[in-house]
Amino acid sequence: MTATATDRLAQIVAQGVIDADLNVVVPSSADLFPYLPEYWREQINQTGFKGPGESSYPASAETSARPEAKPDGGPAGSSLALLQQQALDPWGTEIGILTCAYAVEAIHNPDAAVAMASAVNDWLIAEWLDKEPRLRASIVVPSQQPELAAREIDRVGGHPGFVQVYLPVRAEAPYGNRRYLPLLDAAVRNDLVVGIGFGGSPPNPPTPSGWPSYYMEEWAGMASIFQSQLMNLIFEGVFDRFPALRVTLIESGFTWLPSLLWRWNKEWKGLRPQTPWVRRLPSEYVHEHVRLTTQPWDAPPVEAQFLQIIDQLGSDELLLFSTDYPHWQYDTPEEALPPAGLPDALIAKIMRDNARTFYRL
Amino acid sequence: MPKHVVATVEEIPPGGRKVVEIAGRSIGVFNLGGDYFALRNRCPHQGGPLCLGKQSGFIHSPLPGEYEYSRQGEILKCPWHSWEFDIRTGQSWFDPARVRVRQYDVTVAPAQALLDREAPAPGLEPGPYVAETYPVTVEQQYIVIDLPG
Ligand code: FES
Repeated sequence: MTATATDRLAQIVAQGVIDADLNVVVPSSADLFPYLPEYWREQINQTGFKGPGESSYPASAETSARPEAKPDGGPAGSSLALLQQQALDPWGTEIGILTCAYAVEAIHNPDAAVAMASAVNDWLIAEWLDKEPRLRASIVVPSQQPELAAREIDRVGGHPGFVQVYLPVRAEAPYGNRRYLPLLDAAVRNDLVVGIGFGGSPPNPPTPSGWPSYYMEEWAGMASIFQSQLMNLIFEGVFDRFPALRVTLIESGFTWLPSLLWRWNKEWKGLRPQTPWVRRLPSEYVHEHVRLTTQPWDAPPVEAQFLQIIDQLGSDELLLFSTDYPHWQYDTPEEALPPAGLPDALIAKIMRDNARTFYRL
Repeated sequence: MPKHVVATVEEIPPGGRKVVEIAGRSIGVFNLGGDYFALRNRCPHQGGPLCLGKQSGFIHSPLPGEYEYSRQGEILKCPWHSWEFDIRTGQSWFDPARVRVRQYDVTVAPAQALLDREAPAPGLEPGPYVAETYPVTVEQQYIVIDLPG
């Protein structure tokens, strides 16, 4: 670690940071017992049902977790003390937004899915939000059952610690599909951001051309699913129907976005009669309604090239700093920073202000 | 300002169009319910033959899934990349202030106005009218385009 890098980190930390993506993991379904009705505790104890199983971050995959993030006897991301020590304190994080990719969308029994989602949300409140005022969290919902997901959003959405509804980017159908209207409506009515994040366990493969063979393909290839989701949200007219809807793409990367903005803006001029509700340039919907977290960083580490990407995005308000803790995206905190040499105003926006404005923190 | 006789009114009935060549310029003349409009047959995007495009209605949607369709035939879609232009104004749908196709004034003149330099029809400049291809006869009404020099 060079002196300048350390100084730079110290300077940024001193100005305050909002971390838009911290991941927490439910250690085991037994940890949810205090939050589960008796019936479901018995089901878990007496049948093969154990909850949704492994998340999108297999515990043994290299990118899943920094080795030091694993507490004794639990998976990485399951310890508040470690999260405080390793993610909040070193960054001087003012506010960190938790996501929990507990894959309730993989549970086919809708009532079990609701029960497990509710238990996770109550666990998030009791074990994380109530214990650490710097934290905010994302509501886990059975997204495969949008009506039931809406009910769960209404149940806990009033808790001041929840700022977001979490949806896995992989889904049975893209989220602009009208089947999801109740879910999106509930998010808007509870003043919550919809956070679409890496992974998911729907019954369909992670690429439209079938199953890839290797984790690398699923890991780096997830960007294409984010692209499909974002395109679908815009052209289904979700932002026209819900002018207050805010969407964050979490762990999506962001350098792919300019080329799509160019293409959408170009083609929309001729194809707009097919989606007449889309009355503005597609890029304007993105600028107004969509934000993206910074990790995994897919941008060049060179300042001049990074500034070009910001310019191509057409706005310096789209990127939200994130560590993606405890996923292993970088070796030193300095490597998670935007490139050196950026204007201070831009750094402040990415590290803090964009998230503060968008999440109204 | 030379005026050019481009058609008889019978040639362009309501809903009809005719593309003519005047002074090296290709121009489309449209009849929307009895009103005539002339547009340059050259799309402001990349020069496509706009006036050969399909005519459609105006589609507006207050909400996804709701379609308000009106003004059938009054929107012209470029055959190259489908940009929409309002035939009545020449304005594009997506950027009416800046992206528009050149319009020309069209009038309907009785033959007398074309023939009689001394007593033109009201509102019309006296000739000369360019009407080489039209044997102008007294019984007819003619569509006249005003082409600024
Ligand atoms: S040339 Fe007319 S739309 Fe492109």
